[in-house]
Amino acid sequence: MTAAVVAETTGASPHPEPQEHSPKRKLTGYWLLLPGGLWLIVFFVLPLYSLVATSLYDPDGSVLQGYDMTWAFSNYWHALQDYWSPLVRSLVYGAVATFICLVLGYLLAYAIAFKSGRWKNLMLVLVIAPFFTSFLVRTLSWKLLLRDDGFIVNTLQFLHIVGADGRLLATPVAVIAGLVYNFLPFMVLPLFASIDKIDHRLIEASSDLYSRPAVGFFKVTWPLSLPGVVSGTLLTFIPAVGDYINAQLLGSPKQRMIGNVIQDLFTKANDYPAAGALSVILMLLILVMVLFYVRRAGTEDLL
Amino acid sequence: MSQVAEAPTRSGVESYEGLRLRSLTKQFAAFTAVKSLDLDVPTGSFFALLGPSGCGKTTTLRMVAGLETPTSGTITLSGKDITWEKPYRRPVNTVFQNYALFPHLDIYENVAFGLRRRKSKEVDKAVREMLDLVELDTQARKKPAQLSGGQQQRVALARALINSPEVLLLDEPLGALDLKLRRAMQIEIKRIQTEVGLTFVHVTHDQEEAMTMADTIAVMNAGVIEQMGAPAELYDNPQTTFVANFLGQSNLIEGTVRGREGDVVKVDMQGTIASIPTERAHVSGTDGELGWVGIRPEKVLIAEVGESLDAPGSSIPGGVVSDVSFVGVSTQYLVRMPWGQEIQVFEQNTGRRRLFRQGESVDISWRPEYSFLLDHNQDATAGVDKEDAAS
Repeated sequence: MTAAVVAETTGASPHPEPQEHSPKRKLTGYWLLLPGGLWLIVFFVLPLYSLVATSLYDPDGSVLQGYDMTWAFSNYWHALQDYWSPLVRSLVYGAVATFICLVLGYLLAYAIAFKSGRWKNLMLVLVIAPFFTSFLVRTLSWKLLLRDDGFIVNTLQFLHIVGADGRLLATPVAVIAGLVYNFLPFMVLPLFASIDKIDHRLIEASSDLYSRPAVGFFKVTWPLSLPGVVSGTLLTFIPAVGDYINAQLLGSPKQRMIGNVIQDLFTKANDYPAAGALSVILMLLILVMVLFYVRRAGTEDLL
Repeated sequence: MSQVAEAPTRSGVESYEGLRLRSLTKQFAAFTAVKSLDLDVPTGSFFALLGPSGCGKTTTLRMVAGLETPTSGTITLSGKDITWEKPYRRPVNTVFQNYALFPHLDIYENVAFGLRRRKSKEVDKAVREMLDLVELDTQARKKPAQLSGGQQQRVALARALINSPEVLLLDEPLGALDLKLRRAMQIEIKRIQTEVGLTFVHVTHDQEEAMTMADTIAVMNAGVIEQMGAPAELYDNPQTTFVANFLGQSNLIEGTVRGREGDVVKVDMQGTIASIPTERAHVSGTDGELGWVGIRPEKVLIAEVGESLDAPGSSIPGGVVSDVSFVGVSTQYLVRMPWGQEIQVFEQNTGRRRLFRQGESVDISWRPEYSFLLDHNQDATAGVDKEDAAS
């Protein structure tokens, strides 16, 4: 899913067919498609089919007895009824985290692209450096950072930003902070790629044509960086909405996201049809939002 | 503007209607790009800054535009000091090298950009008029990438001109175009400048371009202005070897000054005495001083041995044609002189006389009023290796 979206936003428009002369050359393209195609069939199309099928099984079955295919579309309705609040919460958390990532990421990417000079490559390595450690370990260490008698909470208490018994763990703040931290590189890298490509003379030209720096930014730099904004927000929003690690480690049941619900349904409640239905709902929801967003952003001209 | 003009001159700086640079200097780390430059560009003139790459001409232009901060010195425009003015507050617009058109805006919006920023009321009318002027009225809704190089160049010009700047800066505006298009655009830009009557400052390394378009040329080299004047004046009476070689071609022959006689300086040039008008002799003129006698190749006359030449005084004997290239309108000869130097001669193919062949003995001569005398301390090959030879 993510891969498909990225291809769309980075403008991998189908190349016009080159003039083919020999039938041999005509086949080359298909041979090159074969490994990836096979991989996708085995590991994407078949599981997707299985997931959609599971979502329509008889909800009265169980893992031990097996499920009957009863085309139970009511699974969808029930899943929405039971779990609409974690679903909405996931979208809200994902949106807030994406917005914070966009603001932080834009500043960082802009600084790296235009102001870092010879430190550019080092800065980029530092952006992806967190990937050298496991996602889980990094999120666990946030748990330590935000713990109740940790220095962050103590400082906030000292400054009266939180109450004397206030805490960060098990709050939406902790979960969103974790999401922002974990997905920031996915925002920074496409933003950097877009901003770095902007010809500096265009900014000089805008200044020459009576734009003060802020106006020049919104009239020239921002529109030219839109492709990066679109791919960055998609790469952040999509995994953030489906994430369950941050809510599980940094939140409480009150901050349960849709990923946690699906995980519990599969592994604890063994309610496969409901879990399947929720997964499909989430997927379709994101797909529709992404299509709408990409259309609205109108970045086709820029790519 | 008027209040500035009426204001009494401050601290001895005379108010000047035009662009004035005074001891303008720009240093980049250890490199001095522009060295204490003084320059006056009168209002309404087409002024060219000509020089090889790295001579500081673009840096000078960028300082006038406000895109580069001078290390020291002042820039005044109509008597107003704009040295530290922000670029977006200067009544100056630039046509950038490679145009720097906004790729996300169509032609119309590119041209309207400056007016919109200044909240002008009559944007649509002005843009339509400007697109008419540069003959792009039918392309208004296209994106820059859909236009040819020449069209993009005209958009860049329109985008700057529409703001009626006091000074329009052109930074190698034609560098990216092919030769034929460049010739056409030179005439086009000159036409527009005459029509709108604004001050144009044009930076180029192409001496032909500068001579075609500008009414005043300043030849820049290594951060300083070597010589400034009308194109014909610079060409006919260069004051340095750099100008003699960079602007067209020159034969520079070593000679020894043999004193003054009336309004000419006598120079012993490899055994022949040449008389050079004093106003063309850029040496101190003391007896025995060495100098370079310069003469343009098309001013050199070539003839059969003993034939009389249309030049008073003696001809220089002993030349042997060492190379002939026939280029249609003219023939270019290289003539090896007895002292070993090869003199370039361009002869118009009037058809009155046969072509000389390689190895033939010839006499050469020239009218003394065409020659000039330059300081021997200067490098005789300065400015020879023109970059535009490749383009």
